[in-house]
Amino acid sequence: MSAAATTGSVADAGVRGGQTRAFLAVLRRDLFVTWSELPVFLAQVVLQPLFLLFVFGKVLGSLGYTQNNYAQLLFPGLLALTAVITGMQTLAFPLVVEFGWTKEVEDRLLAPMATGLVAAEKVLFATLRAMVATTIMIPVGILVLGSIPWRWEGVPLLVLVLVLGSLLGAGLGLLMGTLVAPNRINIVFSLVFTPLLFTGCSQYPWPSLSRLPWFQYVTAANPMTYVSESMRAALVPSVPHIAPWICLIVLAGSLIVLMAIGVRGFYRRAID
Amino acid sequence: MEVAGLVKRYPKAPVNAVDGISFTVAAGEVFGLLGPNGAGKTTTVGMLTTRVRPTAGDARVGGVDVFADPVGARARLAVVPQRSNLDRSLSIRNNLIFHAAYHGVARAQAAARADRLLSQFGLSERGDVKPDMFSGGQSQRVMIARALMHRPQVLFLDEPSTGLDPAARLFVWDRLRELTAQGVTLILTTHDMHEAAELADRVAIMDHGRVLALDTPAGLMSALPGSSTLELSARAQERDGDGAETRRAAPIRDGDGAETSTAATPGAGPPARRALLAALGALPGVERVEPIEPPGAEGEGVRVRVYVEGQAPRLIAPAVALLAEHRMTLTGVEIGKPTLEDVFIHLTGRTLR
Repeated sequence: MSAAATTGSVADAGVRGGQTRAFLAVLRRDLFVTWSELPVFLAQVVLQPLFLLFVFGKVLGSLGYTQNNYAQLLFPGLLALTAVITGMQTLAFPLVVEFGWTKEVEDRLLAPMATGLVAAEKVLFATLRAMVATTIMIPVGILVLGSIPWRWEGVPLLVLVLVLGSLLGAGLGLLMGTLVAPNRINIVFSLVFTPLLFTGCSQYPWPSLSRLPWFQYVTAANPMTYVSESMRAALVPSVPHIAPWICLIVLAGSLIVLMAIGVRGFYRRAID
Repeated sequence: MEVAGLVKRYPKAPVNAVDGISFTVAAGEVFGLLGPNGAGKTTTVGMLTTRVRPTAGDARVGGVDVFADPVGARARLAVVPQRSNLDRSLSIRNNLIFHAAYHGVARAQAAARADRLLSQFGLSERGDVKPDMFSGGQSQRVMIARALMHRPQVLFLDEPSTGLDPAARLFVWDRLRELTAQGVTLILTTHDMHEAAELADRVAIMDHGRVLALDTPAGLMSALPGSSTLELSARAQERDGDGAETRRAAPIRDGDGAETSTAATPGAGPPARRALLAALGALPGVERVEPIEPPGAEGEGVRVRVYVEGQAPRLIAPAVALLAEHRMTLTGVEIGKPTLEDVFIHLTGRTLR
């Protein structure tokens, strides 16, 4: 720490170094807590997609209500769902609790780092957690379905979309966690969460909705749709999908807007 | 710590929450901000600790401009809030160690410091416990220990002994005194005059966002007229012993219980009370008389504080005689030295709470 900071670039470099150290220490704290609560973390992130995969991919298929290839179509969608939802939950709930009740975040806001970096750490951690959770879905999928759609050529796009989808979830979480009043979080969550879950094209491909045009418009407004569609482009390109380049542009644009509003909201909550 | 012309106006608020305050606190000094709730103490501390954006003014901590360089300021200060903000996912010991890590303290050094502080604050055996189970007093101790992990130059404490039992309060006060011996500057907000008088080298009395007076506790009290006080409580006599006035007070009240005339209870009506105050003020040696509104006053009784030059007990006999003349019965006497609360009453005409 440059406690006796002099002037000029030496002091600036010291402060920057201090901020990096503080940022990494806060990240280390989050990783430490996740590690010490590993079973809780796994249950939290795996249970929901596991059940969706089991019921829609396995049970309905075995009973003959869905065609065999539905599981192949559903799996990439569930990867998208896991990435977005985990990113959002990791950020939004704790943020509301920390700002509203436990005030835990205060110790980090008073650390020698820019307030924006505290928000950035939360986004980074939520993104990492969402990526881990989504990756876990691959072995889970193999266990439940017996086999999953896989193309090595699709892996670069898969990884890119995994990162963007996790970031998207984190951005949505930051937005909700900072803009929603603590006493309304329950209502807002149920009002936002369920529509987000079912209009994100994770259970059906977007082009097939042309038979239901109004719903196609609705789903086009959900940025998660573009995560689901590019996941399918990566793993099951034979299923009609939105072109990946369109998805990437929409995702990048959504991220910029979400982060800009979310970080402003964070500043508003952090500094009166 | 230097503060100059600090102002905070919240959006849509009709008045400034903090209205142009200035003070300087020397290294190693204990500085108290004393005032009732809503006086602007917490907002002031919020601005000085980078959590509230000021509307105007300057503040420096250890030479660093708090508003231009909040990151540099945060390295030099620490805050102990009134309510626990401990990290509930971490043990007490890890609360201390991660706090040090945020501030760039090397790991081995942080571990050694944590052990020393935990033992100093009587928490060695509870280091592995999570803070959920802790009482208010224990959380407070942990938060002070945590604040000291990065060796701040200035430590802010918000109402440090609110909600603590007397033993815990004394323990915290002792630890705070040790800190000042080590050269740490303490800035504490309080509405407890005993705390301010016990701990603070200097006290700023705040009300409505302004500093009304700033001096040592002794200096503030010496500015008061009178060197000792006599607090008298009295109530109106029931007039049944007097042959000419055998009616009791109750029957002549109207249906609402309101007095039908001031003559019905001559001792307690406002004009009678003013006359009594004037008479008390005219007694020899009396500097000043302040009426005190008893909480939940119903107009029946009178409570006054008489500031006396010299020996207050000498005044009891003439005061009792005066009360009798005004058909009042003495219900309580308290002799005291002026306190910071008297200073506050003198400055604002109100009690602190």
